[in-house]
This record gives sequence, C-alpha cells and structure tokens, in this order.
Amino acid sequence: MSPRGRDRRFLGAMAVLGGTYVVLLVAMVAADLLYTTPGHLWRALGSPEIRYAIRLSLLSCTLTTLLSLWVAVPIGYLLSRFDFPGRPLLDALLDIPIVLPPLVIGLSLLILFQTAPLRALERVFPVTYAVPSVILAQFMVACAFAVRTMRNTFAQINPRQEQVALTLGCSRSQAFWRVVLPSAKSGVLTAATLAWARALGEFGPILVFSGATRLKTEVLPTTVFLELSVGRLEAAVAVSLLMMASAVVALLLVRSWGGGGLPGPGGGGVG
Amino acid sequence: MIRLDRITLRAGTFHLRELSLEIPAGSHTVLMGRTGSGKTTLLEGICGLRPVLTGSVRIGGRDVTHLPPGERGIGLVPQDGALFDHLTVRQHLGFALEVRGWSAERREARVRELADWLHLGPLLERLPAGLSGGERQRVALGRALSFEPAVLCLDEPLSALDDETRQGILGLLSGLRSRAAITTLHITHNRSEAEQLADRILHLRDGRLES
Repeated sequence: MSPRGRDRRFLGAMAVLGGTYVVLLVAMVAADLLYTTPGHLWRALGSPEIRYAIRLSLLSCTLTTLLSLWVAVPIGYLLSRFDFPGRPLLDALLDIPIVLPPLVIGLSLLILFQTAPLRALERVFPVTYAVPSVILAQFMVACAFAVRTMRNTFAQINPRQEQVALTLGCSRSQAFWRVVLPSAKSGVLTAATLAWARALGEFGPILVFSGATRLKTEVLPTTVFLELSVGRLEAAVAVSLLMMASAVVALLLVRSWGGGGLPGPGGGGVG
Repeated sequence: MIRLDRITLRAGTFHLRELSLEIPAGSHTVLMGRTGSGKTTLLEGICGLRPVLTGSVRIGGRDVTHLPPGERGIGLVPQDGALFDHLTVRQHLGFALEVRGWSAERREARVRELADWLHLGPLLERLPAGLSGGERQRVALGRALSFEPAVLCLDEPLSALDDETRQGILGLLSGLRSRAAITTLHITHNRSEAEQLADRILHLRDGRLES
C-alpha cells in the first residue's frame, strides 16, 4: 500500500473510533426528541409541580452562581498569583468536589448539619430538607468548577500587566479592580455559566441533603426522578429535554466567551 | 540618580548577592548579560516588584527600599509592553494620571502631548488588539512616561520589533533625553542598540556588574 493510502487508513480508523461516541450522543438526543411530542412538553410545563421545579431551579442556580463567583474569584486569584505554604494541598482540596461522588457530598453535608453548632443554627434558620439545602448542595459542587476556571483564567493573564499597574501608582486592590478583573471578564462569564449549568444538573447531593419533596425541594433533576418513579416517562423525557436545551445554551455561551481551554499556570523568569 | 548599596535579591532558587551600582542622574545606562543572568530580577528589585532581602535602593537620594512600586517614581516598559487589553490608547496614556488624581483637563493635555510626541494621535481610540508591535511599544513608553517619573526602566523593549520599527523607537528614546531629565536603565541583548543610546554599558556576569 502507498504511504498516502496508509495515512488514509490510519485517519479513517481514528475517525471511526471517535465517531462511535459522537453517533451515540446524537442518537441519544434524537431518541429523546422522537419519544416526546410538543403536547407532552406543554402538558409538562402546565403541571404546577414542574412549574415550581423550574422556578426553584432558576432561583437556586442563579444564587449558586453568584455565591460560586463570590468565592471563586478571590481563591482563583490567590492560587494563580501567590506561592504560600500549603498551596498544593489547598489546590488539591478544592478539586475534591469534582472527583467525589455527588451522593457522598450530600451525605457529608447531612452529617455536618448534625453537629451541635449547625443543629443550633437550624433551629433559627432551617437548612436541611429546605430550600437553602438545595442551594448549599448545588454550591458545594458547582463552586469547584468555578474555582478551577477562575484559577486558570488568572494564570493566563500576564502578571506583568498587574506589575506595570503597580508602578503606575495603583495599590494591589486598584490593580486588581482596574486591570486584572476586566481582563478576566470572559473567564468570569465562563465560570458563571459552568457553575449555573453544573448546578442545574445536580441531583445526588440534593436527593440526600434536601430530599425530593414536591413543591418544596423539587428541582428539575428531582422532577425527572419523581416522574420516572411513578412511571410517567413522557413527563420525565420532556423535563430532560428542557435541561438538555439549557445545557446546550450554556455550552454555546461558554464557547462564545472563549472558555474552552484550561491551560496551566504561568511563570516568570530571571531575565 | 539610582544608587544600589549591596542589595540581595532572590528569584526562586536564583540569587543576586550584595550588588552595588550607581547610575548618574539623567544618564542612559544599558545593562547587558546572558539570559538568566538576573537582569530582569535586578530591574524588578529596583522597581519594587521583588523584595530586596538586604541592602538599600536609593532614587534621587531618597531611600525607596521598602516603598511600594507606585511611590518610587519609576516608569516601566516591559519586553512585551504588557498593555491592558480592555483599555484604549487614550486610557493607557491617562491611566497613571487618573490613579494619581490629576484633573480631567490636565490629564487630557498630557495625553495630547504624549500622543503628539509618540505619533499616536490617530490611534487614541484603538484597543491594544488593533495595534502593531511598534505601536504597542510606543503606547507602553507613553504610559510609563505619562506621570513624569524620575527614572525609566526598559526591559528589552525593542527585542520583538523589526529593524525599521526598532529604528523609529530608538529615535524616540534618543529624543527623550532632550525632552525630559530622566535617568534610564535599559536592558538589551542588542549591542548596536546599546551603543546607539548608552552613556554607559554594564554587563551582569556571574552575579557581578562589570563595565
């Protein structure tokens, strides 16, 4: 066989192997689309339980996103700019929610809220099996993704920009607000979108920590679970399609904001 | 005048130990040396971007060893310009003046003056993404000089430019001496650039400064 023919065969084999996954993905979405009808979708959207789940999902995901950014921006900045004792440990610790089974996060939150100080708090401000527990469960997972995104975003920004701002008369905080954060705008938007999308799909920790009570702690993944458990497959698929559409929109937004890559931290030389 | 008195600096595992240097006021001193010899580390120590472990840094007779970078009166032009991606050329030229609380009229007058000198007038509303390499370095130079610092530090500002653009900026740097009484410390690898501008050429070799 000619070298050109061998190259074609090699590239063809790669395309077939990779293409299997793509075909499966497309077939999965197509099957969902064919299973449901606009009528199912309208009926699902008309149900008070599902409308409540949509409202709670939108509210909790938005609050989770804001809380995640509140935490991810400072942690990401500190991790990308400063070397301090225990930094590798902290870095690894922040990845735990990404690798931990979601159910374990829910269980750990439940155990945490059984400790004396948090039980005392719950007497004044109920968290477990209430709406705040949904937000906390979503936050514990989504925030880790926002932190990772912000850390990589700040690491991508040339530290020289900040140093020049310091020589121009900025304090450290002025340099951050005037130079670093505006440069990180697309990273912040990406982190927010990822956190929002991640929170929307969270189910395991919510099931354990918040329960699956209709019109109380029911979010969209809970709806899919509850509808499935009572055999209403059409409603479960309709809600799944809603979540799928939200995920695709989030993904498109992340791509348009240039948040596809996750490069490592930068470093300085001695010249 | 810049005076370094037995300063020690560290960058990771690299050290510059007990380095002393005196740069006369208004002079253009060029610092040369191999990659990794510590030129940028020394510049960062002078600018206050890297802590001085021992010794002192004096600028114009004032001990600035422990002052923050913004209070040292040093303008810095890094190798890549390090422009702020979200700011226009006009905003770059007025950045330090705004931070330092100059009035809008004074700021605008200074921006106009710098833009005329650096031929940046038609580019004032452009973002860095729309500038060529030479234009970027002219903006970085204008930004560094905007607040009329006593010292200008140049860290290989011409290394990434083509010959024609380099000559244009060399002309600006030569002309700078007649416009402002400024002490310049200039790092470069290029001998002809050094000879064209320098009153004095120093070499940083094995952690020591040699003329």
